[in-house]
Amino acid sequence: MLFYKLYKDADGRKVGFVQGNEACVEAALLAGMRFFAGYPITPSSEIAAVSAEKLPMLGGRFIQMEDEISSMGAIIGGSMTGKKTMTATSGPGFSLKQENLGYAIINEVPCVIVNVQRGGPSTGLPTQIAQADVMQARWGTHGDHPIIAISPASVSQVVTSTIRAFNLAEKYRTPVILLMDETLGHMREKIVLPREDEIELIDRKQTEDTPEEFKPFATKHGDVPLFAPYGKGYRYNITGLIHDEAGFPTTKTDEVVSLLDRLHSKINDNLDDIVEVCEFQTEDADTLLVSFGSATRSCISAMEKGRAEGKKIGVLQLLTVWPFAEKQIVKLTEKIKNVFVVEMNMGQIIGEVSRCSHRDAVVTGINKYNGIYITPQEILEKVKESR
Amino acid sequence: MKNLYEVRLSGSGGQGLITAGMIMGEAASVFDGKFAVQTQSYGPEARGGACKAELIISEKEVAYPKPVDADILLALSQQAYDQYKDDVKEDGVIIVDSSLVKYEKGKGVYPIPITQLAIDKVGLKVTANVVALGVISSLTGVVSYEALERALLSRIPPGTEEINKKALALGKTLEFKDNI
Amino acid sequence: MKSAIHDYLRPKKKFPHVWCPGCGHGIILASIVRAIEAAGKNRDEVVVVSGIGCSSRAPVYVDFSSIHSTHGRALTFATGVKVANPKLTVIVISGDGDGMAIGGNHFIHACRRNIDLTMIVFNNNIYGMTGGQASPTMPQGDYASTAPFGTLERPFDVCKLANASGANFVARGVVTSPIPLEKHIKKGIEKKGFSVIDVAETCPTIYNFFNKTGNPLKMMKDLKAKAIPVQKANTMTEEELKGKIVTGVFADRYYPDFTTSYDKIIMDSAKRSMKDEESI
Repeated sequence: MLFYKLYKDADGRKVGFVQGNEACVEAALLAGMRFFAGYPITPSSEIAAVSAEKLPMLGGRFIQMEDEISSMGAIIGGSMTGKKTMTATSGPGFSLKQENLGYAIINEVPCVIVNVQRGGPSTGLPTQIAQADVMQARWGTHGDHPIIAISPASVSQVVTSTIRAFNLAEKYRTPVILLMDETLGHMREKIVLPREDEIELIDRKQTEDTPEEFKPFATKHGDVPLFAPYGKGYRYNITGLIHDEAGFPTTKTDEVVSLLDRLHSKINDNLDDIVEVCEFQTEDADTLLVSFGSATRSCISAMEKGRAEGKKIGVLQLLTVWPFAEKQIVKLTEKIKNVFVVEMNMGQIIGEVSRCSHRDAVVTGINKYNGIYITPQEILEKVKESR
Repeated sequence: MKNLYEVRLSGSGGQGLITAGMIMGEAASVFDGKFAVQTQSYGPEARGGACKAELIISEKEVAYPKPVDADILLALSQQAYDQYKDDVKEDGVIIVDSSLVKYEKGKGVYPIPITQLAIDKVGLKVTANVVALGVISSLTGVVSYEALERALLSRIPPGTEEINKKALALGKTLEFKDNI
Repeated sequence: MKSAIHDYLRPKKKFPHVWCPGCGHGIILASIVRAIEAAGKNRDEVVVVSGIGCSSRAPVYVDFSSIHSTHGRALTFATGVKVANPKLTVIVISGDGDGMAIGGNHFIHACRRNIDLTMIVFNNNIYGMTGGQASPTMPQGDYASTAPFGTLERPFDVCKLANASGANFVARGVVTSPIPLEKHIKKGIEKKGFSVIDVAETCPTIYNFFNKTGNPLKMMKDLKAKAIPVQKANTMTEEELKGKIVTGVFADRYYPDFTTSYDKIIMDSAKRSMKDEESI
């Protein structure tokens, strides 16, 4: 059962007043999602419910799995048949998905994992906001690995970010994490969905090799191997073990290093394409609020209020949380030395901001972790206090 | 008319407050062409716990999405009234269900027996939220009646169109006074 | 003489395999390959999925699309493959530890869901790869590195579990009788819905190390002697059946399978999706 309705505007775009979770599914369908596997968990459950309702209308398929682990396994299996796949969860479930997330990374399986963050650790605050899974998104699965995580701040940004998540997953053959939060997931705003002719969709590049020539992890075309869907005559193996170009387990030191290096370089050599930030009034700012996700909105309001009082505040939204926007922080802190990192956790992304900031910059955390959305007033007070 | 309204619809789970918030937000953003953001909070209970839907309706894009002090407070339960009556702007209005809530009279406080009217005049208690929407529209003009009616009709179960229209119209045509 | 198994071995795969001399895994793998061939499946449309453990290395050696997945999770990856592309024939290879302990929940739910997969359990009652820990099918009282005083826990009967959980086809074979085993697997592949073939076998390296069960040949002979066809078992008392392994078909049903049922939802949903959005 759907709790929203889409209308058509004069330009033929679909319009609606919808939740972040609902917008995520609408955008995923536009991006080409045709398989979703999930497990009920607050505050992400609407994503599964809307997927269950809408996927079959497009010939896609939905399955409610027996747990979080199996949902992650299923979207990997589904993606190997060439389908664009997604799952959605929140903190506890995200913890459970981590092992298979690593499997998707090492086997370069495109898929999207939505984490609608809630308070933690453990069961934490199931119905309340937090942004405390940022580091888990980066380092939750074991071993050295790269990751892409995108964190939208509004329901409209959920639409663009979800489409982007699928595109990046396909382009770089990697899982992409969409880091939302409870408030954004349940918040309703108007969205205008792009028409199909207005979106650039990326599909994983398919091999043109014959099955005999084909190697699933060949590097001859660059760092991102070309794909062959299961069932089309390319009979190959994938394994969570370190593998060679043919997909078979190896412990040869040069093959081990070359796989791990390539998994990283395919992301790290393309930061300009992957990392996206939004700057608000940073041109003349002497104070910078760095934030991501929902907290960004409070920063923008704090900036507006502060500027009305004559304070030159600017805001940097890390739309791509991972890989980290190192270059952008370096550049901004060359001229802005008063830096505040606003996050609804006890201080996670601040470590990255400090690491990348100019040595003369003073980086201060503004944190809230009581389950309540941080307010512009709270941010402004902290900014004034530390002057 | 203000450029920005902070709206708090409060009461208990099961009174349809979140539905009312959705209808109001859709009316304002999709049909009236304003910016609207709606958030909510509720306890783990499906029915009976404290519940509120909050909206900001603005001529400009909304950044921080939560109301602080409300321009419009709707209170459909004693608990909600007691909790939120002080978080209302000086020129704000409180619409209180006088059939359910003991309230202090004052300027900007509009007592209306919403639930009782829903029972007596519409014939269906659960339309109290829709009656309240009609009241909000005619008292404040934050959303147009036409937009509300359209959003309402798209959010309700088929077959309930007439009774819901009746409830909305009742809210619109009621006469109300503050400070009584 | 070249048999089916040679034709299906991965041409460029770096043999030798990881299995010990005297291990039954090769016999079961060969039975699976013959069964796939006998069922007339196009090898391009077969996906073999496994978890982690000695048995789960099997898919790596044969020339099908294969997923050597994570420990216990073969069924989850296989479910994703099957639901995303129901045309594929999906075979799941799992051990008793992989499939019944860490993957036990997925197992009962795959049965309940009755998804069209064929699962073969390489059941040697012990964790071999990790060095001999007690598995959920180890007979009570037997020894393992983690059961130095004998296991306290009673074993799962894979077939009873599958039967009670709703799988469409449930059978048990023994590694010492590959011909009936191959027939069970073939039947399982041909059957719409979830099929489970439990295969009783031996682990002459690790099981013998902890339980002094004798050399590989003795273990095979002992295993063969323990196997009792279900028809005969039905005539025996509980006392007589102690320590025996009952073989044969335990369930052969025709409940609708998941993906076929889902196709009907797609057909119905297509009609609903024809409605156009109204204009603002």
